Amino acid sequence: MDIFSQQLINGLVLGSIYALIALGYTMVYGILGLINFAHGEITMFGAMVSLAILHALLLHTGLPTAMIFALALLGAIGFCMALGFSIERVAYRPLRNAPRLAPLITAIGMSIVLQNTAMLIWGKKFLSFPDIIPIQRYQIAGANITNLQVAIIVLAIVLMLGLWTLIQRSRLGRAMRATAQSPELAALMGINPNRIISATFMLGAALAAIAGIMVNAYYGPAHYTMGFMLGLKAFTAAVLGGIGNIAGAMLGGLVLGLIESFGAGYISQLSGGFMGSNYQSVFAFTVLIIILVFRPSGLLGERVGERV
Amino acid sequence: MRPGLNKLQTGWHALQRDRRSVVITWLALGLILACLPFLTELSLGRSWVRILDFTLLYIMLALGLNIVVGYAGLLDLGYIAFYAVGAYLYALLASPQFGLHWPVWAILPLGALVAGVFGVLLGAPTLKLRGDYLAIVTLGFGEIVRIFLNNLNTPYNITNGPQGISQIDPIQIGGIDLHQTQHLLTLTIPSTHLYYYLFLIFTLLIIFVSIRLQDSRIGRAWIAIREDEVAASAMGINTRNIKLLAFAMGASFGGISGGLFAGFQGFISPESFTLFESIIVLCMIVLGGMGNIAGVILGAILLTIFPEALRYLGEWQQLLLGRVWVDPNDLRLLIFGLALVLSMIFHPAGLLPSTRRARELHARRSILAQEQDSLYEQQR
Repeated sequence: MDIFSQQLINGLVLGSIYALIALGYTMVYGILGLINFAHGEITMFGAMVSLAILHALLLHTGLPTAMIFALALLGAIGFCMALGFSIERVAYRPLRNAPRLAPLITAIGMSIVLQNTAMLIWGKKFLSFPDIIPIQRYQIAGANITNLQVAIIVLAIVLMLGLWTLIQRSRLGRAMRATAQSPELAALMGINPNRIISATFMLGAALAAIAGIMVNAYYGPAHYTMGFMLGLKAFTAAVLGGIGNIAGAMLGGLVLGLIESFGAGYISQLSGGFMGSNYQSVFAFTVLIIILVFRPSGLLGERVGERV
Repeated sequence: MRPGLNKLQTGWHALQRDRRSVVITWLALGLILACLPFLTELSLGRSWVRILDFTLLYIMLALGLNIVVGYAGLLDLGYIAFYAVGAYLYALLASPQFGLHWPVWAILPLGALVAGVFGVLLGAPTLKLRGDYLAIVTLGFGEIVRIFLNNLNTPYNITNGPQGISQIDPIQIGGIDLHQTQHLLTLTIPSTHLYYYLFLIFTLLIIFVSIRLQDSRIGRAWIAIREDEVAASAMGINTRNIKLLAFAMGASFGGISGGLFAGFQGFISPESFTLFESIIVLCMIVLGGMGNIAGVILGAILLTIFPEALRYLGEWQQLLLGRVWVDPNDLRLLIFGLALVLSMIFHPAGLLPSTRRARELHARRSILAQEQDSLYEQQR
């Protein structure tokens, strides 16, 4: 088995998931300049709600598996959109004009609240994904790839292309871009910035829900703390690509996924056996710091001129 | 906006104008602080004296972070790394891990120094970064330090990995072992009380340094950088050095409190230095009132005491609802998070904001009018 191509595939899968979550961070940041710390928790709720629906329907109904899966997917997306909408209403909207760090603290507070609510509902156990996807393995260029991995990469690409078209071509997308540039001017043009902001949160939450299901189906059991690390990594990816930049989040997600996976594969060789794959995150963060030293606004971030 | 607090503040200022009442107020405050551990033990029990000790440690930490975030405006999400550096330095130099048993007065300054060097190490590559880019790099730095502490048990055992280091020497000062109960005349002073007094001295020292820094040339340079870095450098401030100094200074406060923590606890492991801890310390200063020393202290006290008070949730449920419906430990963090959200929504600038911040918050209304107000105030 070829390590390089295997790590490439692993990195692409991980990267697509990071990218989907990172998009939520970056869209919100682009419009509000706010780090939505609770976004990782939305991902976790996506995984949890889909699991709950899956288990309930598999047990109590005789519907075909594909249909149950579709229902779980839609249920999780709907739930997370509602969640994203309410988080913005409750925790961020009252602080629209507050000092910059105040919404960061409410975001952290929301994140704690959501995590512990999930713990009260689903307990502290690790919940595994039911065995409904028949795994097939293929061999490509000396690497193993499963149909699940292919599905994740393809779905992520489709979603990202869809989002890109939505933002570039649709009325809503144009309104979002206008609001990001200047909420006041957008309002003068007849756009309701509050509705656009809500829509942005819901869009991000929908992507996060799908990413949550992917993580659960591919990497293993869901847990009420799973959102924290995922959110952190996705946020890192968004910053890496240039926060506020949609294409940047996609690129940043993929790059971070690849860095982590190659890091895990090669770090032991690189450090002469001193560091094992448990240093994977160290590797990722070090590369992040190095990249930011040379490109202080991320890979695709615009260099904002100093206002004097 | 908050007549109660404002009235309290005007009252305080009026008190300060009268010289005799100043002396009396400070004497009373000193007396309360001196008796606090005994009063606490009498009313709430020994375990609360321990919580009091931790409150003091967190006040020190929060004041250190306040220099970086509150004064210099550099959002640091990895601050706990410096606490870890101080704690591990103490643990390595005064425990059976390497068989070293250095005295505390040698370790603490060294801890402050090493943490300060780490602060510069973090600061140097991040000088060009702004706002949230800085936040993520500091966060990454904190994680890197934690992961190293967690894994440096192979191939060479330095930190003992996830098991942590135990049997750390207790703090000894002038032959007095703070882990032993001491007798002074007729008074019996338990170990927790002794640590309380030690921490209190350090806390007062750090408060003093913070106050002196605030109005010093360096402190004003920090605030200038926070408000507008370009303008600050145009005024002749060496922004690079001043920012590095903020990182180093904040870090050394963290290093000292880390050392005290290790000696007090006798055991440390990487688990005490997670990102969550960094976030909590940040919450303390934002919730209390960033840049304002009294606010930061209040925030640290509230966020240390409040989660502990929530441990009684079980008894309250018993009292109010007849039985324990939800395990208090499961409910604790949930309520803590809710309190954070609510407190920020109702006090966006913190409970005791610095005057400058309070003004900024209302600035949208009429900066001009306020400027004029303050001009009039000065003329009067």
